[in-house]
Amino acid sequence: MTVTRESLIDFIYDEVRMLDEGRFTEWLNLWLPDGHYWMPLDYQQKDPINETSLMYEDMFMLKLRVERLNGARTFSQKPKSRCHHVIQRPYVDQMDMEAGRFVTTTFMHYVETRLDEQQLLAVTARHDLALVDGALRIANKRVDIVNCDAAFRNIQLLP
Amino acid sequence: MGRYDSPAALAALVQPHQVHRDIYTDQEVFQQEMKHLFANAWVFVGHESQTPNKGDYFSTHIGTQPVIQVRHSTGDIHVLLNRCPHKGTKIVIDRQGNTGKFFRCPYHAWSFKTDGCLLAIPLKKGYQNTGLEETDSGKGMRSVGDVKNYRGFIFARLAEEGMSFEEFFGDSLTSLDNMVDRSPAGRLEVVGPPLRYLHHCNWKMLVENQTDTCHPMVAHESSAGTAVKLYEEMGLPEDAPKPPAMEIIAPFMSPYEFFEGMGIRTWPNGHGHTGVNHSIHSDYSAIPGYFEALCDSYGEEKAKAILDENRHNTVYFPNIMIKGPIQQLRVFIPIAADRTVVESYIYRLVDAPDELTARTAMYNRMINAPTSIVGHDDLEMYERAQEGLMVDGLEWVNIQRLIDEDEDFEVEAVENGTTERQMRNQFHAWVKFMTMGHKAEAAE
Repeated sequence: MTVTRESLIDFIYDEVRMLDEGRFTEWLNLWLPDGHYWMPLDYQQKDPINETSLMYEDMFMLKLRVERLNGARTFSQKPKSRCHHVIQRPYVDQMDMEAGRFVTTTFMHYVETRLDEQQLLAVTARHDLALVDGALRIANKRVDIVNCDAAFRNIQLLP
Repeated sequence: MGRYDSPAALAALVQPHQVHRDIYTDQEVFQQEMKHLFANAWVFVGHESQTPNKGDYFSTHIGTQPVIQVRHSTGDIHVLLNRCPHKGTKIVIDRQGNTGKFFRCPYHAWSFKTDGCLLAIPLKKGYQNTGLEETDSGKGMRSVGDVKNYRGFIFARLAEEGMSFEEFFGDSLTSLDNMVDRSPAGRLEVVGPPLRYLHHCNWKMLVENQTDTCHPMVAHESSAGTAVKLYEEMGLPEDAPKPPAMEIIAPFMSPYEFFEGMGIRTWPNGHGHTGVNHSIHSDYSAIPGYFEALCDSYGEEKAKAILDENRHNTVYFPNIMIKGPIQQLRVFIPIAADRTVVESYIYRLVDAPDELTARTAMYNRMINAPTSIVGHDDLEMYERAQEGLMVDGLEWVNIQRLIDEDEDFEVEAVENGTTERQMRNQFHAWVKFMTMGHKAEAAE
C-alpha cells in the first residue's frame, strides 16, 4: 500500500472502532510483536520503566488482558464493561516514507461504563505506526490521561 | 446521643470469631474511628524523601484530617494540620511544593514559620488588647500530637497524649528495617507519584485483604490462571527467559499448601505479616551486581540474612501495608464508611541497580493500578461485600479460620499461613484504640 495522510487517519479511526465494538483479538493483530502500550501515571512522564505507570504492557500482557476479558471466572467483567471513543481528526506529526515510520497524535474523549457507573476520560493518544509487509501496524502507543493524577475507579478496557 | 458514642457499644461490635457489619457500613462508627482510632494510633504520613529540602512540603491526610508534612528550617520534619487558625482556609492545596521560610495563608496573609508558629498578621494592631494570643487562633498552625521519623518514614499521632511510637510498633519494625536495609546505603527514596485508586468500600476490607491468603487463587484466577495458561501455550523451552508478567502475576495461582506453609506472624497492636518462611516474592530472579553491593556494605553474612527475609505483606495497623522485598507501600485512606482511596508508593534502594526499581514499578502497575487486571477483581470483591453487607438479619462477618481458644494478641505469634489471626489481631487493636480515647475523655 501507499501510505497517505488519509490512510493514517483512517487507521486510527478503524482502531478505536475495533475497541468500541469489542473486536479485541482483531485489535491485537494490529500490533508489532515488540510493541508496548504505555499509559503514564505522571504528567509528561518520560520514563516508562523505572517509574510507576498505569500501564506499560508488552504483547504477552496485552494478550493476557484480552484473553481475561472472555474468561468464565473474570468476576469484574460480569457484567462486561463497554467503551466508546469520540476522537478528533488525528494530527499526522511524522511521515518518514523511506523508513516506513509514522507518528500521529489524537485527542479523544473515552467513555467506559459498567452497571450504573460511567466515567469520562479526556486522553491524548500518540501512535507510532510502521509499514510492515504492506500493512500499517502499531509499533507503540502512548495514552496520556489529562487528569492522570486523579484517584480513578477501575479502568478495565482500553482507551 | 448516637448509637455508637459509648465504648461499650463499640466494643460489642467485635466478638472473637466475628465482627458486626456496622463496622464496615455505619457512618457513625466511621466518625468514631476518625475521632478515636486515627487519633490514638501512630499513622503513616509520608517519606522524608518527599520533602528533601528546607521548606519542602507534602500534603496528605491522617484519617480524614488534612495535614502537611514539612521540612523545617532546622532540617527536621514537622506535621501540621492543614488549616489556617484564623478562618479555616487550607494553607496548601497542591500535593507538594516548597514554601520557603514560611507558610502564608492566601486569604488574609497570616503567616507561619514552618514549625507552625505564628509569624505575622497584617494590621496586627487591630488585635491589640483583644486577647488573641489566648485563643487557639493566636497560637499558629496546630501541630499533631507527636511525630516520629523512623528510618525515613514519617509517622504521627494526632492525640497529644498516648502510646509511644516504640511501644505501638514494637518488633514489627523489623519489616521496615528489612525494607530499608535492602539498600546498600541503608536509605530509600520515593519514586514518582503514587497510584491513586478509589474504592467504594470500607477501608478495613482492604487492610484485611493484605493478609487474606485464601483469596488469590480464587479471585485472581482470571489474571494469574490465564497468565499461566498463555505461557504454557507459548511452549517456550524451560531455560528461555519468562515474560515478566509470569514472574509477577503467576505466583498468585500458587496452591493452598504454598500459602499455608508461608506462615503468618502477628505482633501486638494490630500489626502482622504474611510470608514468614517464603512468599510470592521468593523466586524473583537475581539482579547482577546487587548482592555484591550489599556485601560491600554489610558483609556477606548480613547481606544473606537481609535477602533471606521474603516477607510478603506487612500490615502496620491501622492503615498501611508494606512489601519489603519490592519496596512498596500502600496507604488505605478512609474517606467515608463506604469510600477509600488507596495510594500505592514505590521507593528506590539508594546505591542498588536500577533493575530493582524497574521490577518494583512493574509490580505496582501490574497489581495495584486502577488499570490492573489483578486490582479489578479485588475491587469487585470488596464492593460486592460492601453491598452484600446491607442484607438484614445476617449481620456478622466471619473471621474464625484457624481460631484458637484464648488467643493472646499481646504476644507475638507465628501460625499457619492461612489463619485469619491477623484479622482478629486487627480487630483486637481496633477495640483497644477506639475505646482508649473514650477513657481519656471520661477522665477529663
